[in-house]
Amino acid sequence: MSTLTLIQAVNDGLKTAMRGDERVLVLGEDVGPKGGVFLATEGLTSEFGPERCFDTPLSEDGIIGTAIGMAVNGLRPVAEIQFQDFIFPAFDQIVSEAAKLRYRSGGQYTAPMVIRTPYGGGIRGGLYHSQSGEAYFAHTPGLKVVIPSTPHDAKGLLLASIADPDPVLFLEPKALYRSVKGEVPEGDYRVDLSTLRTVRPGKDVTVFCYGAMVPVCERAAQQAAEQGIDCLVVDLRTLTPLDEEGVLEAAKATGRVVTVHEAPRFCGYGAEISALIAENVIEYMEAPIRRVTGFDTPFPNTLEHHYMPDERRVLDAIESVARF
Amino acid sequence: MSSALQILAEDGRLVGPEPDLGAEELIALFGHMLRVRCLDERMLKLQRAGRIGFVGTATGLEASLIGTASALQPEDWLWSGLREGGAAVMRGLPLSEYVAQMYCNANDTAKGRQMCNHFQHKASHYPSWSSVIGTQLPHAVGAAFASRNRGEKVVHAAYCGDGATSSNGFHSALNFAGVWKVPVVFVVVDNGWAISVSSKAQTAATSFAAKAQAYGFEGRDIDGNDVLACRAAMDEATRQARSGGGPTLLVLRTYRMLGHSSSDDPSKYRDAGEVEAWAARDPIQRFETWLVQQGLLTPDARRQREEEIRAEIDAVIHEQEAAPPMALRTLVEDVYEQVPRHLRAQFNAFLRVAEERGDAQPGDGAFPL
Ligand SMILES: Cc1ncc(C[n+]2csc(CCOP(=O)(O)OP(=O)(O)O)c2C)c(N)n1
Ligand SMILES: [Mg+2]
Repeated sequence: MSTLTLIQAVNDGLKTAMRGDERVLVLGEDVGPKGGVFLATEGLTSEFGPERCFDTPLSEDGIIGTAIGMAVNGLRPVAEIQFQDFIFPAFDQIVSEAAKLRYRSGGQYTAPMVIRTPYGGGIRGGLYHSQSGEAYFAHTPGLKVVIPSTPHDAKGLLLASIADPDPVLFLEPKALYRSVKGEVPEGDYRVDLSTLRTVRPGKDVTVFCYGAMVPVCERAAQQAAEQGIDCLVVDLRTLTPLDEEGVLEAAKATGRVVTVHEAPRFCGYGAEISALIAENVIEYMEAPIRRVTGFDTPFPNTLEHHYMPDERRVLDAIESVARF
Repeated sequence: MSSALQILAEDGRLVGPEPDLGAEELIALFGHMLRVRCLDERMLKLQRAGRIGFVGTATGLEASLIGTASALQPEDWLWSGLREGGAAVMRGLPLSEYVAQMYCNANDTAKGRQMCNHFQHKASHYPSWSSVIGTQLPHAVGAAFASRNRGEKVVHAAYCGDGATSSNGFHSALNFAGVWKVPVVFVVVDNGWAISVSSKAQTAATSFAAKAQAYGFEGRDIDGNDVLACRAAMDEATRQARSGGGPTLLVLRTYRMLGHSSSDDPSKYRDAGEVEAWAARDPIQRFETWLVQQGLLTPDARRQREEEIRAEIDAVIHEQEAAPPMALRTLVEDVYEQVPRHLRAQFNAFLRVAEERGDAQPGDGAFPL
């Protein structure tokens, strides 16, 4: 065990995968000698050489398109998109190609690859360095969408994603890169790609969240506890495939549900969670399901702290469903 | 760089045709170049002091920006990337708006929504750039189509970096511009680096200029640290575009002297020797040497002019430090022409919490639903 930040855990995960499987390679913008703009790939080129960790020309479409070809032909590429905001030039390659290759070929061809990318707000990056686009991708059959919120999960989920037979979009909450630290096992271990994590048990209100909203919800739950409201906080970790049973169990446990994400509300991931609960266990619900989200606007810069859900807004929703 | 167009050699000697510019114009160009450098200096200082978040500098690129953009007419458009703010100031962007944008404060015409270094100036036809590399290039082509469609003699200058030449937008823009023969000049500021990736790693072609040939028009390599060469090449390209002769690609060979941004440490990926070699080709120094030789400038004129510019910038900074807080309503405005009902409702729900914790200012009132 060592104590690592989330970004160090990603780096450790990449090194572990590359040491264990020579088919694994890393490509992207500035991932080579610079080690990535957030340093996720620091030391990879020096340890594994420029054949296995290298800079590409500035084209996300090219990065993902060629990574698909590598994956089809026996390599295990881990492609970095510098910011999730810049993934859209590759949207076609991800949505039309990587996600559908297995299906359209009747299982003859597959693209086992990982696309890592930092996402979310909190670094004063304005509307093109802050977005949370998980819903676009969770809506795409054939793709898995994974979001860690702790160093332990970052490494374990990344190793599971690299070993996975299907394409995985691995969204890293950049606001947590250096703000969370935790124990990380040495060597290879995998965190299953279809189980949620109970962050904190509770019996009054269930809060579903992921990514950088997890610590926000934990703090809101502590404040709620001071008022005698006991919150069950759930980190979803894998948006697709979703641990549906786990979600329904957690919802039933309290009968009162709040979902939290930074992304806009309309057609956001919280809507999927509430629909799942409404369809299956509505008879257990004692209050309307509340969503705490970013606004249905682009991401601001100067006012980003108001755009992103914070403890106060989460607490407000917890109180309102608790009191209902 | 032997094949690149050069008018002033590195030591400031005239090796090309006499510039077609009067003394006043030449001195004005020099002043604009100095302003670019002084703005970088001051903005970096503010960034280090924690007053602003980020600076994308143009130090080393002064000749490229000022030389080319000074050839544009007031009615022409400039489609920018990260580093053309100094050209915008030359074309009329008030310094106060430049600095307000860097502060992303309530005086910023973009209402603090963009990151630093994302300028706009409608009056001089300088649209707001997103951040997404290369996306502005097809916009320039479409806008040039529109200008021509109305019979206007307007030229659209589309700027991008060496890295951007690998983007989808670059290919689409050059392809469409060639097919449509629209009045566009593509200006690639090849500053050697795209963050940590050398411009040599973007293409296997010997120069980005070679790419134009494949799209059916001319591409030219220019010494980007030679303001007179940049100006002359742009004069010719805009003349051609304005008279219906179609697009040109200009590739300005220059060098990003500082980090990619204030958060980048370039010593991790590039040689100090390379930086020193380029420092010896400093574009301001080169132009100054020639101007002094011509008797157009006294040896201490630069220092004086820099002091004036710095004082001017400092006064503006002082003013912007006193900007009022950003109105909370800007959170939901400008998404659509009218704030729709669901956004008014989202804002009102947020405002209740904001008022409780004292974040709301007078005037941040709820919307009628
Ligand atoms: C589509 C896209 N991908 C990645 C980035 C991140 N990024 C910002 S600037 C930059 C390098 C740009 O290099 P260049 O085009 O040479 O312009 P320069 O910064 O040198 O002026 C990169 C990769 C981005 N902004 N947009
Ligand atoms: Mg560049």
